[in-house]
Amino acid sequence: MQDVRDSTSASAGASVEIVRLNKWFGQFHVLRDVDLTVAEGEKIVICGPSGSGKSTLIRCINRLESFESGEIRVGGILLSDDVRRVEAVRREVGMVFQQFNLFPHLTILENCTLAPIWVRKLPKRAAEEIAMHYLARVKIPDQAQKYPAQLSGGQQQRVAIARALCMNPKIMLFDEPTSALDPEMVKEVLDTMMALAGDGMTMLCVTHEMGFARQVADRVVFMDGGEILEISRPEAFFSAPGHERAKLFLAQILD
Amino acid sequence: MAEAMPLYVAPARIEARAPPLSAQGFWAGLRQRFFSTWRSAAMTVLCLVFLAWILPDLVRFLFIDAVWNAPDGALCRAPGAGACWAFIGRKLPYFIYGSYPLDQRWRVDVTLAIGAVLIVWLLWLAAPRRKLAAFAFFVVYPIVSFFLLYGAPRLGLEHVPTDAWGGIFVSLLVAITGIVFSLPAGILLALGRRSHLPALRICSVAFIEIVRGVPMITVLFMANTMLPLFVPEGFAPDRLLRPLIGVALFASAYMAEVVRGGLQAMPKGQYEAAQALGLRRWPMLRLVILPQALRTVIPGIVNTFIGLFKDTTLVAIVGIFDFLRTVDTARLDPEWAGPTISTTGYVFAALFYFAFCFAMSRYSLFVEWRLSRGHRH
Repeated sequence: MQDVRDSTSASAGASVEIVRLNKWFGQFHVLRDVDLTVAEGEKIVICGPSGSGKSTLIRCINRLESFESGEIRVGGILLSDDVRRVEAVRREVGMVFQQFNLFPHLTILENCTLAPIWVRKLPKRAAEEIAMHYLARVKIPDQAQKYPAQLSGGQQQRVAIARALCMNPKIMLFDEPTSALDPEMVKEVLDTMMALAGDGMTMLCVTHEMGFARQVADRVVFMDGGEILEISRPEAFFSAPGHERAKLFLAQILD
Repeated sequence: MAEAMPLYVAPARIEARAPPLSAQGFWAGLRQRFFSTWRSAAMTVLCLVFLAWILPDLVRFLFIDAVWNAPDGALCRAPGAGACWAFIGRKLPYFIYGSYPLDQRWRVDVTLAIGAVLIVWLLWLAAPRRKLAAFAFFVVYPIVSFFLLYGAPRLGLEHVPTDAWGGIFVSLLVAITGIVFSLPAGILLALGRRSHLPALRICSVAFIEIVRGVPMITVLFMANTMLPLFVPEGFAPDRLLRPLIGVALFASAYMAEVVRGGLQAMPKGQYEAAQALGLRRWPMLRLVILPQALRTVIPGIVNTFIGLFKDTTLVAIVGIFDFLRTVDTARLDPEWAGPTISTTGYVFAALFYFAFCFAMSRYSLFVEWRLSRGHRH
């Protein structure tokens, strides 16, 4: 895949580099001149009011959304319309969705082995070993033969994390992973994410879990109206947010 | 004491409700179900009156007065005679094989038998090696049956021109070809209609709308008269092949719309999850989207199959001797002609079509039940 990599990346060691990113949904300017560089192994929490463009931003990173102008480099690969580049990026990046998006017609094990078998071309046996390894890490190896609808929301989200990890990604994107969960299930998912952070995974999380942000994040990114208004260390962000709207946002959600 | 009662305590004791119907015995259940209110009772009586009016004549015609054994139509022509089943029995070979040569009819039998075995193997969900069955049915069987029915002089099977084909086996041939062809073609058309490539989308939409927008008879006439114009002289498709193509195209257009309904019901998240995992377009469609989309539209797919099965009777218009056409021809046989012959023939045809359509409908319900049980949605 050397052909899709290039060495013009500005900062070496950067996992994700976003430069002057702009995106419109029709007339709606959803991302405005977004700049963000994420180092390898760094944990970023992105927060902001709803409609601020934070989900759209991380969905641009694995090209679930296209963008009109700007540059995104993932692991040194410059994203473009070129299918090979998109595929190369998606091989580096795993994603966890708010609604889990497990495949309901496949068992838990099949959910986890589908991509390793069909994308990485692993033999079935090897893919199943990997899947069982990660299912054990998210603490549900005994549910492997069940279907997603038979599991609780928290268990489903942990399966979704395991499914993404089975592709051995270098970067993990989390799009509000706990927002669709019943309150008593939030902790088991956050614990799984913290364990993952402890292993040195590069993570970008869109979340409103400020406890998680305080504990895990290296930097907190605050977005509103499609712009990044503030990037700071979590202790600084929570004790003394620099931007007026960040203050307002924190006052609203920490009540 | 009464004034001390809190508000949430009911003022009077609530009497026990009657046990459910199933616990009260047959007659109580019957009364409850059919005579619970005066409206229900009136409807029950009305239906009983209707049945009493229709059933005795029907039973008398179909069974009591029916002629079961007769060398020719004389007994059936007797005044007061009912359905002439002897006629059906005598003409049954013609209904099944049409004018296929007598000494070659075993070839049709073999073809039908292989087909029946393969279909049972395919439809029996718990059967072993169903992939092999699918391969045998969709790839091997068409080739084998072509040589069996059409003939292969080198293998010692003499050539039987399609002019001589007819009856139930031709009806089944048209229906099965249509069913087998229309599902994959319909899926491709539905995907084409949702494609982001404008040329592909426009072609798919044009095909679907044009074919859906004209009567099937028109499609058959077009296939019959226009197909030969598109190929070099001498390569004109066989006269049975033309309506086969017409039926398959017609069914594909309907199938495409059914499948599109299933595709549209798919949540966007399923596409996104598959893309985020790095699946390319075709594996995504084949492994994630289509299995779910097709499952949600099983009733629609089977509905289209049933419609197609009955529409095969229209191929008679372009000169194919399908089952209904053989019935129609046989009833004119002077040896059998009589007042009840037509009715008997058409009742038999109706039973034949009903049996197949009802079986398809039941099987689809069974599959839905199985899937809903297996996945506990």
